[in-house]
Amino acid sequence: MCRNNAAGTGMSTTLVSSPHGSRPNRVDRVMQEVLLALVPGVLAMIWFFGWGVLVNIALAVAVAVAAEAAVMRVRRRPIRPAIGDYSAVVTAVLFAISVPPTLPWWMTLLGMVFAIVLVKQLYGGIGYNPFNPAMAGYVFLLVSYPVAMTTWLAPGMLAEHSLSLMESLRLIFAGALPSGIEWDAISAATPLDAMRGKLDQGLAIQEIRLSPLWGDFGGRGWEWIANWFLLGGVYLLWRRIITWHIPVSMLSALAVAAGVFWLIDPTTHPFPAFHLFSGAAILGAFFIATDPVSACTTRKGQLLFGASIGILVFVIRTWGGYPDAVAFAVLLMNIAAPTIDHYTQPRVFGHTRDGVNR
Amino acid sequence: MALLSIFKRHPTFDHGIYPVEHKDLTADKPIRRLPFAPELVIPLAQHRGAPAVPLVKVGQEVVRGEPIARAEGFMSVPMHAPATGVISAIALAPTADGPKTPAIVLKVYHAASQEVLYDLERDLGAMTPEEIVAAVQDAGLVGLGGAAFPSHVKMKPPAGKVIETVVVNGCECEPYLTCDHRIMLEQSEALIRGITLVLKATGAKRAIIGVEDNKLDAVAHLRAVLPKDLPITAEAVETKYPQGAEKMLIKSLLRKEVPIGGLPADIGVAVYNVGTLAQMGDLLPKGRGLIERVVTVSGPAVANPGNFMVPIGTPLRFLLGQVGLAADRVGEVILGGPMMGMAVASLDVPVTKAVSGVVALEREDPDLARRKVYPCIKCGECLKACPISLNPSMLGELALARQYEQMAGEFNLNQCFECGCCAYVCPSNIPLTQYFRIAKSINRDQHK
Repeated sequence: MCRNNAAGTGMSTTLVSSPHGSRPNRVDRVMQEVLLALVPGVLAMIWFFGWGVLVNIALAVAVAVAAEAAVMRVRRRPIRPAIGDYSAVVTAVLFAISVPPTLPWWMTLLGMVFAIVLVKQLYGGIGYNPFNPAMAGYVFLLVSYPVAMTTWLAPGMLAEHSLSLMESLRLIFAGALPSGIEWDAISAATPLDAMRGKLDQGLAIQEIRLSPLWGDFGGRGWEWIANWFLLGGVYLLWRRIITWHIPVSMLSALAVAAGVFWLIDPTTHPFPAFHLFSGAAILGAFFIATDPVSACTTRKGQLLFGASIGILVFVIRTWGGYPDAVAFAVLLMNIAAPTIDHYTQPRVFGHTRDGVNR
Repeated sequence: MALLSIFKRHPTFDHGIYPVEHKDLTADKPIRRLPFAPELVIPLAQHRGAPAVPLVKVGQEVVRGEPIARAEGFMSVPMHAPATGVISAIALAPTADGPKTPAIVLKVYHAASQEVLYDLERDLGAMTPEEIVAAVQDAGLVGLGGAAFPSHVKMKPPAGKVIETVVVNGCECEPYLTCDHRIMLEQSEALIRGITLVLKATGAKRAIIGVEDNKLDAVAHLRAVLPKDLPITAEAVETKYPQGAEKMLIKSLLRKEVPIGGLPADIGVAVYNVGTLAQMGDLLPKGRGLIERVVTVSGPAVANPGNFMVPIGTPLRFLLGQVGLAADRVGEVILGGPMMGMAVASLDVPVTKAVSGVVALEREDPDLARRKVYPCIKCGECLKACPISLNPSMLGELALARQYEQMAGEFNLNQCFECGCCAYVCPSNIPLTQYFRIAKSINRDQHK
């Protein structure tokens, strides 16, 4: 663009190459809409798992923004636009709601620095990271500190004791439980963990589901969190921030894979809705797998990308070493995304495979 | 029926975008004449092909309608004097494209008449197809939709190709523009005569007028006045940009795709703009030349927007002065529509045969401000928008990496007709269309 003093009039006109105008959907607005869509699910998590969720989010956002600013400074790039696009905030929130609400502060710090500095900025920053930074940070911690990363709080109505804000802060920052309270009193296995553990002990689904841990189709509390994330996802679809391709293909592939095995043997395979409404399936389908940078770009590619994640989630949950699988499945498919894009280029107008015009 | 019509969509093509139309500013403004500008600047290269050659000398008097430049070969058209006056110069003059080009400057006589004094009555019925083609060239007619392709050339398809269908383009998909809308409403008689001439010259069996469904009044009017014995129909198509691109309109109306690298003639189609055919129907019987055209002058920086019959060569400064340009607020003056039009560097640029609109945007226009460019986040919005299913995201990345050859070879860069949909939807504000223009021009230079 250049400003131009139109010959002699003192009138200054602007010279821009066409098109002269654009749809008001900038990257920062996209990220803000994503944050807005996360609100109901996050509120539900706070309702069921207490203040720790909020503390994690605040901590992760602060670390992510600071790390982003630090890298931009080292790279001698303008800091304000990088932070102003809100992408680091989205990464931080997604990371914070994926980790346990009692995670020690230094692990959150480590995970966020890994995600922002190594996974995102070392590849060139927003637009260039091949892996989803939030999920890479999560998996980095999961393989490094498996115990801390799988110790979850019990949902509010099942816990003997709910942590207050001060107790959460002390637990996260000083590692101190409230006096007279043991871990057993506040923690519980996640539904996916419990299901895996009990199935490995040889129990049938019908017996496992007698436990008070279960709600209508997923874990108690968990299924409601999934519902509220689903609401946020529908909001994103309605606002055209995301398209249906990835979430629908991922959830239907997961449901179909789970459904086939459930029909074959309902005593050792939970029914499909359990898979959809436990763990991070809904959150992952609408908020994580849809990260545009690390996903496929072509529509056909997105369908394949989403469906593959859905199937990988089922495979890893059922036969893999970890109870939940969304992070692993997303990262695995991130690797495949450029290749899928390469083989799913759209048919150009006027082109046919045999060279004859239709 | 009313309920069913919600589900029944007018035919259309895949992808594309829905920009804000802004057509209400001028859609109901009838075509008006303006006084002559004191000086008209008529570039010799207003069309695709060889520039015209001047027939006049400096100081020579000309009357309105008189030929002042002749066509140079078949791929060229002549020019005619848009007003009565005296030739004051044949010199370089500014154009929208940037470089100055040779132009005939005409000093208009004070109180010159709007009446055309140079006639050559013809009997259309007795003319052979060849005579019609020659007469169209003599009239200096070019595509008035913006392409400025000599009209008579399209009437003679390459050897072995037969034109079966004439598609008449009344889409006018660019925001702000309403000149074609007014032409269909006000000049339908001349339009139908023009279509009949093209049918006769090409030997085509039928003609379809394609109109976007934001102009259903024009469709209804045309259907009412079209004679039943002529093989001409008027069809509504979806209001979607770029419906008016000829490949898109052919797809919408005929469900056929112009083969890659090919022309509409390859599938038996010729496309004409309604403005071109209305002029043809008006000029040919009288044996006149193209000396004026309908121009929509609009935009937020214009006080009295409207549709005007503007003599070719009228400087923008004069034209915008007539409609009340807010000189303190104007940010950008565009020839054509905002999606594909060209921003001008100087208001001395004249209206040429290809100029369908003059749009003045305000400096504070949100579309002009806040163009912060982010890196591509590979959201795929551009893939969803591209009417010919290219991969603008990938092309943009390749342009940044200067892989211009690969853009053309592997990713069909040369099929891009720069409609601007990709840049319009890009959340990162990447000037994709500009990248592609640059890449194409570099490739052209490399292959010289």
